[in-house]
Amino acid sequence: MSSATIKKDSGFGVAQLILLLSIAILVIFVAWPVLLILFNAFFVDGSFNSLDFYRVLTDPETFQALTNSLIIASMTTVGSTIVGTFFAWLVTRTDLPYKNFMKSLFLVPFMLPSFIGALAWKMLLSPHAGYINKAFMSLFGTTEPLFNIYTYYGISAVEVMYLFPFVFIQVCGALERMDPTLEESARISGAGLLTITRKITIPLVLPSIMSGALLIMLYSMAHFGTVAVLGIEQGIYNIPTLIYEKIHESAGSFESIRTGTVLATVLVVTAAIIIWGQQKILSRGHYQIIGGKSFRPMELKLRGLRWPLLLFCLAYIGFTIVLPTVVIFLVGGLNTYGLPFTWENLSLANYKYILTEYDVTKDAIFNSVSLGLAAAVITMFAGVMISYVIVKMKVRGKGILEFLGMLPFSVPGSVIALGVILAWSGKFGINLYNTVWIILVAYIARYMAFSLRANSAALEQVHDSLMEASRSCGATMWQSLKDIVIPLVKPGMISAFFLIFLPALRELTVSIMLYAPTTRTIGVAIYTLNEDGETVMSTALAGVALILIVIGQTLINHFTKKVSE
Amino acid sequence: MQDIIKLEGVCKAYGDHQVLKDLDLSIRKGECFTMLGPSGCGKTVTIRLIAGHEVPDSGKIEIDDTVVADSSTGAYIPPERRGLGIVFQDYAVWPHMTVTQNIAYPLKMEKRPKAEIDKLVKAMIATVGMEGLDKRLPSELSGGQQQRVALARALVADPSVMLLDEPLSNLDANLREEMRFEIKALQQRFGITVLYVTHDQEVALAISDRIAIMDANGRIRQTGTPYEIFEKPADLFVFKFMGIANFLAVRSEGDKYYVGTGTQEVPWPEGPAGTAEKWVVGFRPSDVEIGREAKGLKGVIKRANFLGSTMDYAIEIDGEHLRTELVAHKAISQDLMFQEGEECYITFKALHWFDAKQLEEVGEL
Repeated sequence: MSSATIKKDSGFGVAQLILLLSIAILVIFVAWPVLLILFNAFFVDGSFNSLDFYRVLTDPETFQALTNSLIIASMTTVGSTIVGTFFAWLVTRTDLPYKNFMKSLFLVPFMLPSFIGALAWKMLLSPHAGYINKAFMSLFGTTEPLFNIYTYYGISAVEVMYLFPFVFIQVCGALERMDPTLEESARISGAGLLTITRKITIPLVLPSIMSGALLIMLYSMAHFGTVAVLGIEQGIYNIPTLIYEKIHESAGSFESIRTGTVLATVLVVTAAIIIWGQQKILSRGHYQIIGGKSFRPMELKLRGLRWPLLLFCLAYIGFTIVLPTVVIFLVGGLNTYGLPFTWENLSLANYKYILTEYDVTKDAIFNSVSLGLAAAVITMFAGVMISYVIVKMKVRGKGILEFLGMLPFSVPGSVIALGVILAWSGKFGINLYNTVWIILVAYIARYMAFSLRANSAALEQVHDSLMEASRSCGATMWQSLKDIVIPLVKPGMISAFFLIFLPALRELTVSIMLYAPTTRTIGVAIYTLNEDGETVMSTALAGVALILIVIGQTLINHFTKKVSE
Repeated sequence: MQDIIKLEGVCKAYGDHQVLKDLDLSIRKGECFTMLGPSGCGKTVTIRLIAGHEVPDSGKIEIDDTVVADSSTGAYIPPERRGLGIVFQDYAVWPHMTVTQNIAYPLKMEKRPKAEIDKLVKAMIATVGMEGLDKRLPSELSGGQQQRVALARALVADPSVMLLDEPLSNLDANLREEMRFEIKALQQRFGITVLYVTHDQEVALAISDRIAIMDANGRIRQTGTPYEIFEKPADLFVFKFMGIANFLAVRSEGDKYYVGTGTQEVPWPEGPAGTAEKWVVGFRPSDVEIGREAKGLKGVIKRANFLGSTMDYAIEIDGEHLRTELVAHKAISQDLMFQEGEECYITFKALHWFDAKQLEEVGEL
């Protein structure tokens, strides 16, 4: 006789509830601000006006910013692609000594926020005050600096230094996962190594190279920090810096908001095109040849070039990572900016001051840490819910959510910042402007993409039958989520947490548009102190930020290792 | 006998693909019922509909005289209230729970007292032969052991019906054979109703009280005992699906039936029921009797293969081809070791008539 019998009474629409909640989150935090930008860009006094959009766009200042964004992004993309692909090839396909160590070394630039890097390079290579230029001029007795960092080349070079890992990671992955039999069969057919590389290898990894390149393009177009530190002094604005400048100098006047929304619209459209292109490239059929398995690929013997190339790699890392970092810590220890680095000029006094006494920096550290924590926790939970609906649930209306879920990936930070200003400045009943909450709202929108990606990946791993099994064992949907799904996606949630917390800790692009005197983040404090001429304090704070980032990264590595075990 | 599961006019489509159309099915209390069909025929969908993981587009499903899904009234009882045990093809053992935790879960959901849970789980672990492995995580178990955990979990709450969705297809051949007898033994011991879904006719024949044969379009071609299905196939599809088969084309002239293009009559007492001109006779390699004396159809050995314990012959009769096998030591002792090119005579132990049009319909399986 069976004791398990059928129980009547059906549950209420849990699925619909979750779906609605998910849609609401994405609409409120992401879609609505973006819509407000588009609305403000195209509607003047409540009526559609594309002529005015065109007028703003062709305004010399705006147009110059657009061109600059394009020039810098193009140079950065080309440079990063060459550097990233070359190093990726070196550490996967040659017999370079200490390959694995070098591979992890090339990921270090990711840890260094590019605006802190830019700050260091400003101190090294600004035309007259930079340490390298000064040394060069006194050594050769000229007044011509060795290199002027305040140029398109300088800005792009700095961006390349800290962005090339985007391409590096993608290409490394593709080269490692490429089935070596494809190359071997070409070799058996009599093709030489050059022919194989040209006809087999490059076409196969081209999608990865392109996809990495597009990521960099998108990042650079919308990148604030480097251009703000190195460009503004010489009048080089790109789209985000001009938006910032406009909003800031006029304290939110109508005309400046309009210029901002027009520029932001251009960014959104560009981003959409880039994301679309990337999806198209990645979904092309022959990419499938690169599988998930790891193989031992063919290696090129470098022979006599082995050690010189290793030296070159080390020199590259030394020049782009070690040198700027050392400069940051040294300058941060100086009593006054401009003094030579001698023992009597250096002390830990600045560090002690900014950590224990100086309110601006103390507030900034507190703000950044608490904002990072709050944004990470909220976005992690929202992300797991939304991903769950997208990946697992079969409900009507899911299509809307899938579309909305794509949005966070294609909305750059400065656009989000402008959007939340429009949405949360009291026009719609709630005024968060000048509070720390407006930054939190913007962070949630900005980092939703990271959370969605990490959680979706984790959820894909959880087979549907695991949840169905628990349902058939008598668990309701909520119980199944709690007992089965959540424990199994925990690694994804933890990685989402860190993927949000760390970038939020060093964030500049969004918070610079939204800060008030008491709501500076670490990034904003570094930037504004530097602007105000408080170079040593700014640099000391940058040093502290670097230490925080390294600690955080070490924690992540430790954690993700534990999870994968 | 009383029906415990009843499907009436159930339809299910995914997009444009109509998987099930007007499916009627009834499963009797206490029997082991197998749905057998090629992959993609909709048998898994049927199980998912019964379990409540899918909702039918139209039709009605009843379990234990309770309507669990009815498109006309919109009634739907979610999986957790259907009181079923289910075993999935990929086991679906929860990787973050130990063997004990996995098996205890259905009882915990019923909020049984802890002492009772412990007792039942312990007994169940012993029943499926997993003693000493109770603290292990699924990642520390073999495929067969994981499947035992899945079985135990499906049985522990004493469900009225257990659904098994190709539970053995991920196991190796030896284990598969062992497990199928264990499943049968468990079913008889617990007196539980089992709905078993598979594409493997051997398993189906071994464990079922009744079998339903489903074709690629989700239609049930025949329902019956294993003997009926194997020996009295309702149509060519069923016959073909149940094992390797030979087909000879036959043409009718008056009331005579000739093989292929030749003038030899089919050596079988009964002709087909029907008036078609073109027929097909179907038989299994084991139903062929081969000999040297002039009895039955005369043919030529086209290929002779010695396979150790058996001899395998390919024979041509008036342009038609067939395969047969016989035990090697019988072939040797009875002088039936043919060479290629030799003449032979064949008769049949069993034979089925099919309309030639049906063969085209069914096509290649």
